Amino acid sequence: MTMLPQKTGKKLGLVIDLDICVGCQACAVNCKEWNTGGHMAPLTDQDPYGPAPDGVWFNRVHSYEARGGCGSQTVHFPRSCLHCQDAACVTVCPTGASFKREEDGIVLVNEDKCIGCKLCSWACPYGAREFDEVEGVMKKCTLCVDRIYNEKLDPEDRVPACVSTCPAGARHFGDLGDPDSDVSRLVAERGGMDLMAEMGYRPTNKYLPPRPRKRDAADVGAASNQLNPVQDQSSAFLKWVDKVLSR
Amino acid sequence: MHPAFSVIFFTTASGAGYGLLFLLGVLAVTGQLPSHNPAFAWGSMLLSLGLISAGLLSSTFHLGHPERAWRAVTQWKSSWLAREGVAALFTYVPAVVFAWGWLFEQRTDGVYAVAAGLAAAGAVVTVFCTGSIYNSLKTIHQWHNAWTMPNYLLLGLYTGSLLMAAVAVLTGLQPGQGYSVYLLGVLLLAWAAKAVYWHFIATTHHPATIESATGLKHLGKVSVLEPPHSSENYLLKEMGFQIARKHADKLRKISTLSLFVTPLLLVIASIYAPMPVSGMALVLAALFAALGVVVERWLFFAEARHVVTLYYGASEV
Repeated sequence: MTMLPQKTGKKLGLVIDLDICVGCQACAVNCKEWNTGGHMAPLTDQDPYGPAPDGVWFNRVHSYEARGGCGSQTVHFPRSCLHCQDAACVTVCPTGASFKREEDGIVLVNEDKCIGCKLCSWACPYGAREFDEVEGVMKKCTLCVDRIYNEKLDPEDRVPACVSTCPAGARHFGDLGDPDSDVSRLVAERGGMDLMAEMGYRPTNKYLPPRPRKRDAADVGAASNQLNPVQDQSSAFLKWVDKVLSR
Repeated sequence: MHPAFSVIFFTTASGAGYGLLFLLGVLAVTGQLPSHNPAFAWGSMLLSLGLISAGLLSSTFHLGHPERAWRAVTQWKSSWLAREGVAALFTYVPAVVFAWGWLFEQRTDGVYAVAAGLAAAGAVVTVFCTGSIYNSLKTIHQWHNAWTMPNYLLLGLYTGSLLMAAVAVLTGLQPGQGYSVYLLGVLLLAWAAKAVYWHFIATTHHPATIESATGLKHLGKVSVLEPPHSSENYLLKEMGFQIARKHADKLRKISTLSLFVTPLLLVIASIYAPMPVSGMALVLAALFAALGVVVERWLFFAEARHVVTLYYGASEV
């Protein structure tokens, strides 16, 4: 049913820390690895070893440069399904293949009902859905629904593959509907944000902005007398060194 | 957006077919259908239902699983695509009753008039749903605006009206000056709506930016440092379809010339020229408009820019 639930029991989702992400692509690779054998399997590829490889991925890691008043900054930016509360990809689906789960808010595709009309991918502003040309159906992030409830896995592994593999600890998983959960606290502390909030899809996943940069020595507590230029030193030797090195 | 030929054919063919069905229905209800000419009745009805059916069929060609197309009518509560499917199927019922009465019993009164009226209403509702599929997508500024719907409705009516004139001429009827004047009116309306649409998309863009897409506005101007993958993926092929500005300008001119300017001159000629020249002018006008509307629809897709391309460095959408 493509009507969205009024309210979901939990709001499971991810919190992605843009301050920490190093753009190593491990989350994207582990996502592909797990999911090509998981709930939405297979994640097909075309021409994977040829000149123009193409295939279904649920997670794409972009790298941006932000240039502002205080120089430029590199930000690595993983992009995947945000499991929106007002998920337009669900309501546009004509067949009922797309749905948002009432119990935990996860947005899924029932591949047996999908006719492959691609309309859901047009409705998604975040590019979360990728069409599987081989299978003829739409595919998307499942929030590793086959891991997070999987009692065959050790409890610490019951998190999405992207979270479990992140070597930098930039990805967090939890219930964003519970204000006391770790992820909700993290969002509150760090000013977690919605992507394209102005579009009103109310994404569940949040992004933590990069922390303000510490650019000057004084920002990290250096005493001002240690910051004086060399030529102000009284020592003739240091003046000579400065002169030589300045040539 | 990638212009899929099956969808271009579907929206233009069924648009014209529903436009024609609407006109036939209205004329039947108001008692103005020529009941004594079976060739016109068969020709116009078959052309209308034929275009609608061919269009609907073609729309399933771009599906990943056409055999599951029947499922596409189930979610009418939330999906405009499903509503379009439901409206299209429901419209067949009165349309077939209307056709039966007109073609086999030479009657368009009583229950057949009711059916004709319902078919006309169904035609409008179906094209409205088609327009709404595009109009409802907030991700595409060139579709999510007040001018998309008038374009779909007016172009359907306009192309359907030209088709009716062409069928009338080819089956030995004379549409008459009154109809030519009506054609002029609907042509100018459709042209005005398209011109306003083109002006709108040339002068406005989506409020989202690469900064709002990444949430990094506070850090300054954001640009792509490194793409997430080395070759094109589905998103770039489907949503990142780009047409060079100079080609778009040229295609707009071709579309305007073929869809509006040439038919305008031909319709004016049909008012003043004697038969059979006036008739041939109307047939030619329909042919030019058919070509023009396909180019127009191709542009409707090709000029549409999706917000996801912001993540890949589009400066504005």
